[in-house]
Amino acid sequence: MTPPNHRMGVVMLCHAALDRAAQLARHWAMHGCPVVIHVDAKTPQDQFDGLQTALHDLPDIRFSPRSPCEWGSFGIVQATLDACAVMLAEFPQVTHVFLASGSCLPIRPVGALQAQLANHPDTDFIESVTTADVGWTVGGLNEERFTLRFPFSWKRQRRLFDGYVTLQRALRFRRRMPEGLVPHLGSQWWCLTRPTLQAILSHPDRPGIDRYFRRVWIPDESYFQSLVRQVSSRIESRSLTLSKFDYQGRPHVFYDDHLHLLRQTDAFVARKIWPQADLLYRTFLTPDGDRALASEPSPGKINRLFAKAVERRVKGRPGLYMQSRFPIRARGGTQSAAPYGVFSGFSDLFRDFHPWLERALDARVHGHLFAFDRVEFAGGESIFKGGLSDSPTLRDYNPRSFLTNLIWNTRGETQCFQFGPTDEQDIAPFIASDPNATIFAITGAFAVPLWRSGRTAAEVRPAAARLQKVESDFLAELTGPEAKARVRFWSLTEFIENPAEPLEQLVDLLNPRAAHRATDLPQLLPLSGFGSFLQDLRNQGMAPVLMGDFPSDAELAQPEQPFARPRIVR
Amino acid sequence: MASRGATTRGAFPGGLPHASAIGELEDWPKGLTGALLALKLRARRQQLLLRALRSRRELTPVIDRTAQIAPGDVLCFLCIRNEAHRLPHFLRHHRALGVKHFLVVDNASTDGSDRLLSDQSDVSLWQTGASYKASRFGMDWLTWLQMRHGHGHWCLTLDADELLVYPYCQTRPLQALTGWLEVQGRDSFGALTVDMYPEGPVSQGAPGPDDDPIRHLAYFDPGNYQVQVQPRMRNLWVQGGARARAFFADAPRRAPTLNKTPLVRWHWRHAYVNSMHSLLPPRLNQVYATDGGELTSGVLLHTKFLPGITDRSAEEKQRGEHFADAAQYAAYFDRLTADPVLHWAASTRYTGWRQMEALGLMSRGGWI
Repeated sequence: MTPPNHRMGVVMLCHAALDRAAQLARHWAMHGCPVVIHVDAKTPQDQFDGLQTALHDLPDIRFSPRSPCEWGSFGIVQATLDACAVMLAEFPQVTHVFLASGSCLPIRPVGALQAQLANHPDTDFIESVTTADVGWTVGGLNEERFTLRFPFSWKRQRRLFDGYVTLQRALRFRRRMPEGLVPHLGSQWWCLTRPTLQAILSHPDRPGIDRYFRRVWIPDESYFQSLVRQVSSRIESRSLTLSKFDYQGRPHVFYDDHLHLLRQTDAFVARKIWPQADLLYRTFLTPDGDRALASEPSPGKINRLFAKAVERRVKGRPGLYMQSRFPIRARGGTQSAAPYGVFSGFSDLFRDFHPWLERALDARVHGHLFAFDRVEFAGGESIFKGGLSDSPTLRDYNPRSFLTNLIWNTRGETQCFQFGPTDEQDIAPFIASDPNATIFAITGAFAVPLWRSGRTAAEVRPAAARLQKVESDFLAELTGPEAKARVRFWSLTEFIENPAEPLEQLVDLLNPRAAHRATDLPQLLPLSGFGSFLQDLRNQGMAPVLMGDFPSDAELAQPEQPFARPRIVR
Repeated sequence: MASRGATTRGAFPGGLPHASAIGELEDWPKGLTGALLALKLRARRQQLLLRALRSRRELTPVIDRTAQIAPGDVLCFLCIRNEAHRLPHFLRHHRALGVKHFLVVDNASTDGSDRLLSDQSDVSLWQTGASYKASRFGMDWLTWLQMRHGHGHWCLTLDADELLVYPYCQTRPLQALTGWLEVQGRDSFGALTVDMYPEGPVSQGAPGPDDDPIRHLAYFDPGNYQVQVQPRMRNLWVQGGARARAFFADAPRRAPTLNKTPLVRWHWRHAYVNSMHSLLPPRLNQVYATDGGELTSGVLLHTKFLPGITDRSAEEKQRGEHFADAAQYAAYFDRLTADPVLHWAASTRYTGWRQMEALGLMSRGGWI
């Protein structure tokens, strides 16, 4: 049992769910801790009476005078001060005072907490950090909490609150701080020694300090945290209470399914506990008989869990568009879930480009996903992962959802697809503005299938002109002001001069880890005769420009089998 | 009630405003444009409230237990017709989630749904023989009941073939969710309707009214939902899933809308505009984060494809009460009547809310 010269008292601030508060007070009292309860003045009187009746059999419970406690106001500090005064006066044997709320649940045996205090008889456990080092404040109010005035309620008078802050900033208004006060912030929940608390209560400049803090914002997180720096002999800057906040500074609530989690913390008390979390109250409020701890504390795990929740709320899962995530244009609205490759012109020039790309990149290689007549999924599938259908009508109804779904459904596997001027172009602006897209284009390659179709230049001229226009528009999109995709393009002429280098580049870009993989290069179609086809197109009155200055047949020094021997990429 | 609300044409007779695809949504309009739009939507809302007020005369109370409703109770509003085989499980599911009172409009059931409902101690029942279509697919009736009884409560408005699933729903009641939403300053909660279907033809199998229909309708489409936003009311417009690919592959624009806002902290001034897909005032439609983050959301498991579906579709086609332009949907009802198999290679077996979250069909948001 705790040595009689080290005794902990508990100050409880309550405003709602007083049945739970009664349960908690009884638990503290049964374990030898005197309790002083402060109940918010706004809580209905009958509830307060009920609380008093419920606890009337316990000798070591007192009620401090009721006063209003509004969030973020000095009322909470006043209530704490009043209750502490009652505690120190009524229970002379109390050496430490633990500040708790009506929803703070002791999650380790009270005996363990008492032993911790007995081992550190002169230590004040209070989180107290200078304003410069605080990372958790929300809304940009940090040091300004102390240098501006906050006469308006943040919850009820938000406009006045915000307006007054703006006004003071504009006027460069700054308050003078009381002599010797260095602002510190920290968790509202602390455990202080009697001498420290006594020194704060009987501080020579207490009226001045109280007056100052009455206009500080959220003084319950700074009053004791600052004053303790003046009066304490030994501070351990951490709270014994586990208390987690979301990214906007609102406290997280613990539910029954957190039981396992709470058993892993190194804190002694947790808040806030949901009033209806019967299992938690039942488990932790059983007369503990110094109940053994279920597991070793691992607070890092809890911190990671909460950090992940903040990330999910603030950043979300990129590339996911659904009923609770739909970023506007300015906030990453054009981003898919993972990097992917878009290839234009390659399959027109190489006989076996798909299998080669699959081998070289270790990726899923689709055909023309946006072909007019059919969605060409890899392997000619008619249904793809997640339930995407090969119906072009379904795809074209919302091509952006189609593509983001495809990339989302295949997380963990790189996707590649062919895209050219013969395809449905609605998706082009999205691809161009998606930072996850890497686009490789051989411009002018669309003319090769036209040439190979065996039709005359006169017959294909309209088609060639149209495709050239479509491709120029696509290229303009890729180089436009909104473009965020990684883009590499070569004119057909540039490309056939040295096809190996672009292919090596794209392997490097899309699959850097494959750098040392041995692989052959795909087979280039023989292009002798293409030069005269282009000349025929010119003779028909069209100006084929995207191919570059394609050499005439005589100049075309293209070997019959350009890469007959296997080559090593890099 | 099953199958309704495939288009918003009923709400906007002049045709749909343009919808913003992914990456196209801009911020709220500011200045005069914004003010004019707000005024127009206000007028629309007042008109809806007036309709609801008038429609109250069509409702005859069968049993009114609304005196039992206590402050803070979560209420469930429902409009049904011949749902006796779904109701027992529907009531049990939502009771277990923490719904304290069900307020039901029975649109001339003939299968004993009314008796079944009036025997429940937490159900208040109204009856009407008036036209479902003329009542904006039951919404006028429900809006009246919500105005009268929903004010200040979190109200869950559902169809009898929908089962709500939200993060942690196995361990935390609705009151935990609504408490979290209140702390977050949110008055509405979004959900995606997910069509559930069996492994074989939809007419086969015989799950009883007390069985969990999801044991029979165990499959769904995991990743083919199309998202847009209608900028006028900022409401989502999600389509896709099994019905879109099986019945609307040739006319995807007409495919059923799947996003709903079923859970709302009600004020008597609120009104659903188009089924539960959109509401006024428009801020209630903002159930999604626009800053890249995720808000907390759920799914509605859609149990439409229980064995009775083929007969029911034939009847619904004949009644013509389910779509504003029923003729357009004749082919849809015909395909349903033809006993289709919806299961295909990409179908996924349902295992629970964590699976739905991992697939990106719902989200915990910042809730832990």
